[in-house]
Amino acid sequence: MNIHEYQAKQILAKYGVPTPKGKIAFTPDEAEEAARDFLNSEGSVCVVKAQIHAGGRGKAGGVKLAKTKQQAAEFARELLGKILVTHQTGPEGKEVKKVLVEEGCQIQKEFYMSLVVDRGTQRVCLMASLEGGVEIEEVAAKSPEKILKESIDPATGLIPFQGRKIAFALGLDKAVINKAVAFMTKLYDAFIASDCAMLEINPLVLTKSGDLIALDAKLSFDDNALFRHKDIEGMRDLDEEDPKEVEASRYSLNYVSLDGSIACMVNGAGLAMATMDIIKLYGGSPANFLDVGGGATKEQVTAAFKILVSDQRVKTIFVNIFGGIMRCDIIAEGIIAAAKEVGVKMPLVVRLQGTNVDLGRKLLADSGLDIITADRMDEAAEKAVNAAKKA
Amino acid sequence: MSILVNKNTKVICQGITGEQGTFHSRQMVAYKTKMVGGVTPGKGGTTVDAIPVFNTVDEAVRKTGADASVIYVPAAFAADAVMEAVDAGVRLVICITEGIPVLDMVKVKRFMDGRKSRLVGPNCPGVITPDECKIGIMPGHIHKKGSIGVVSRSGTLTYEAVDQLTRLGLGQSTCVGIGGDPVNGTNFIDVLGMFQNDPETEAVVMIGEIGGTAEEDAAEFIKKNVTKPVVGYIAGVAAPKGKRMGHAGAIISGGKGTADEKMKAMEAAGVSVTRSTAEIGKTIMEALGRK
Repeated sequence: MNIHEYQAKQILAKYGVPTPKGKIAFTPDEAEEAARDFLNSEGSVCVVKAQIHAGGRGKAGGVKLAKTKQQAAEFARELLGKILVTHQTGPEGKEVKKVLVEEGCQIQKEFYMSLVVDRGTQRVCLMASLEGGVEIEEVAAKSPEKILKESIDPATGLIPFQGRKIAFALGLDKAVINKAVAFMTKLYDAFIASDCAMLEINPLVLTKSGDLIALDAKLSFDDNALFRHKDIEGMRDLDEEDPKEVEASRYSLNYVSLDGSIACMVNGAGLAMATMDIIKLYGGSPANFLDVGGGATKEQVTAAFKILVSDQRVKTIFVNIFGGIMRCDIIAEGIIAAAKEVGVKMPLVVRLQGTNVDLGRKLLADSGLDIITADRMDEAAEKAVNAAKKA
Repeated sequence: MSILVNKNTKVICQGITGEQGTFHSRQMVAYKTKMVGGVTPGKGGTTVDAIPVFNTVDEAVRKTGADASVIYVPAAFAADAVMEAVDAGVRLVICITEGIPVLDMVKVKRFMDGRKSRLVGPNCPGVITPDECKIGIMPGHIHKKGSIGVVSRSGTLTYEAVDQLTRLGLGQSTCVGIGGDPVNGTNFIDVLGMFQNDPETEAVVMIGEIGGTAEEDAAEFIKKNVTKPVVGYIAGVAAPKGKRMGHAGAIISGGKGTADEKMKAMEAAGVSVTRSTAEIGKTIMEALGRK
């Protein structure tokens, strides 16, 4: 699960990580009001930042520097309701529905810092780089030696010497070293306590007055751990997610929207991916990834069907089930009930295999529904692709 | 021979009194797996069918001599269950549970340092040596005893491959589901090494998916250590970047972990890679020279 920058900063502040003072604004008036608090001294500035779940906002014009509160209101007016297209939003972009107004700061130097779970070491890894403010993927690809890494033992947490190693390697002055170690320790605490999947501070800023501040913050969370973080779950912003994916998640279905024309319903994540692949192999393109899981109920199958047929781009539905513990007759019943309830107007290709397959196939054959059946996965994929081409 | 489990493996089930635990314990008994006990804290002294239930894994192991445990405990408590089994000295711990928080698994891995147990999973179908021992949720009837080793990150996709093999008359020595989570117990390399050393295994089917670098690492290992034919398939060619495909581990991040990269690495290591799931069986026939 992802959250907005302003929410990420609220969480970090709770763990003592220094962040700029800021206020969220939904209207230009609120932005003006917020800006007043940050423009109280000579030469002070404030920043108006579009809040969407995507990086690259600065380059896309989503971050503006305001010198007066009128200017802040103007920028907010400009940004609110605007579709922001960044390299992470895709060409369709994302609508800005709120802006974060923050106090400005005097930047001396910018760094990059992040925490992730490293699959290689199977531990949390702290990463830092002198190349702050830019895309870290680029740095990683071009000059991986510029990324400093410390693997953290879960039994000890981040040990101060590890923090010092990074701080000295970043070239920080000795007066700032202890502040930096404290900053990293607090970041790690926040990461662990909130069950983050990723925590990224880009840039981490050294101000002219010698303070370290998280100028931007991006947090994402381990969905499997949300059960123990109701407060974080409450920060979920459904506006930022695909409505079909939101609907699917209500029924505990694993659904990811794609842009093809063949809708897939499959049991098991691996088989669901393999189904998308084989559709591509036969010249078609999948409209989605959908894993109904190992123990799907009739209700889940029906809900899944509704989501698939509601997609305007879908020209064919391809059901591919390998019944293991899940019996094919149960799946067949689900398909029949769903098809009758929802009304399927496009070709429906069904491939059933595994436990109780004969009974499942008989149910489909006797249902009176117009179903194209197949025995093998390749045969089914070919039929689905052909049906989509004709439609 | 086979790997990890055979007809002598004595198994306990953690979470045996839960719906999943009871159902699958019965399936395992029906497959003639030696189910010697179960564990549910607070239900010690009761039975599930004829299987005795204990309060702790330690007690279950002492009283039954079990050397393997299968875990169906809910995700929130699964890490605790794994560590309890490891602490009790269980040789093989197979965790079926899906959805364990990744930081819980980071702790589990640290806890296991220096201890003897092997963990398979979590979020996996389990391990089966056909006609001898089935530990997990896979449908037993699609398997057939034989000489193909199967190792996979995915559940139903493994069944698909096994079904093809069986239909072609190719039985399996052992099938191991290593699971789809980013932090897990047993990886491809561990299993490939065991298959290489198992005289009964003639060839190996390896099923990977997008995300991480486990397949690339396995390819490197195969190049140096595996002389038996290996057939590979990678799921997720059609998956877009940055979207998680069901499994917590199946995500292409920062342009890394794509199916193409993995297939290239495997081909370079001499693995026969097929791009179609439907052709896994056919490809292994070719690799064995039995067209």
